[in-house]
Amino acid sequence: MIDKFSSSIVEALDGLTDGATFLLGGFGAVGQANELIEGVLETGIRDLTVVANNAGYGKVGLARLLKEGRVRKLICSYPRIAGSTVFEELYSAGRLELELVPQGTLAERMRAAGAGIPAFYTPSGAGTLLMEGKETRTFDAQEHVLEEALHGDVALVEAWQADRWGNLTYRAAGRNFNPVCAMAAKLTIVQTQHVCELGELDPEAIVTPGLFVDRIVHIESGDPQG
Amino acid sequence: MTEITANWKPRSRAQIAARLAMDIPEGWTVNLGIGVPTLVADHVPEGREVIFHAENGILGVGPAPAEGDVNRWLINAGKQHVTLLKGGSYFHHADSFAMIRGRHLDLCVLGAYEVSEKGDLANWARSSDDSAPAVGGAMDLAKGARRLWVAMQHVTREGAPRITKSCSYPLTAAGCVKRIYTDLAVIEVEADGLRVIEMIDGLSFNDLQAQTGAELKRPA
Repeated sequence: MIDKFSSSIVEALDGLTDGATFLLGGFGAVGQANELIEGVLETGIRDLTVVANNAGYGKVGLARLLKEGRVRKLICSYPRIAGSTVFEELYSAGRLELELVPQGTLAERMRAAGAGIPAFYTPSGAGTLLMEGKETRTFDAQEHVLEEALHGDVALVEAWQADRWGNLTYRAAGRNFNPVCAMAAKLTIVQTQHVCELGELDPEAIVTPGLFVDRIVHIESGDPQG
Repeated sequence: MTEITANWKPRSRAQIAARLAMDIPEGWTVNLGIGVPTLVADHVPEGREVIFHAENGILGVGPAPAEGDVNRWLINAGKQHVTLLKGGSYFHHADSFAMIRGRHLDLCVLGAYEVSEKGDLANWARSSDDSAPAVGGAMDLAKGARRLWVAMQHVTREGAPRITKSCSYPLTAAGCVKRIYTDLAVIEVEADGLRVIEMIDGLSFNDLQAQTGAELKRPA
């Protein structure tokens, strides 16, 4: 019987290694797998590359991982938000490498990784500081930048519902980057608010098919705070 | 800087948003940036159906929820709690930016630090070594939306023009702005320069030109 559920966070996070690249779902304080991220902190691994839209809020989840010095590099579109004080301190002290990526390019680079596309051209960011040194090509008289797929070793995803095959639904704006992270990593680990029996989820409403999911842990973390 | 002696009163932030909202026709799908652009949603004339897109995966964004009726899972791109209108939908980030980058949005309204006479936009960083840079979806929206309108103050707090011959801050995208709504005027970016469409009551063309860092053409 296929059963992707782990009985604990520790079991769900088994086998992670130093230097891994993590893809984190979440936008603002909504839809981020904070309990799994804090579980990563407990494993003691370090020298991580983290891909996420924001750089964490307050003192939980990603903000804690950053504060404890576990992250070497952040690939991010909007690190500077109200409450991102940990990021700002580390960055200004030169203790964190930052690759700033336009938000749509960040999402598409992960989608491309999941879809077997090694690179693609986009006009986003062409002619700006962020794209200095990148390969460009002109289509329809407009400059485009070559962007490479962004693969993860591990994706940490927060779902609303999951079944034992790993089929997932999300909650409102909690969907955000989670489905593209799930498809772009070698190992996709999910925390879900609710557990469903196989067959209970409407096939028309499943957002992430179980094929993209490796491990699930049931965590009733409640509504996002912030 | 210009001595301000004439009897005109600049538009408030809400008035800039309301003026811009008047120009959005029924049926458009529109993405609103942070700041004055966000206020545009509150000023769409009654009875006119406009669909608002939020880049974190929402079409049909509604107004802020009543106190005590907040869905903590439902935020807009500015991380404010919002509601979903009937007919609204949720989707993931790659689909959301496919809508933007695939030129499916009728309009995007963004704030700006500066706009040049060629329609270049600078709105993401104030220097090349920003102490904590952040770009978000600005570069995707500037290139991807079918039209880009800017809503901003005409001059800085210090009185320096924000509409200039060229941008001094790092560019978000070149040649992308089609129209500028400020507290003093509405200006169209045309192929051969900036055309004033409208000025606030009591303001003369010369007064407006004096507060603008690029040459303006008189209203047609």
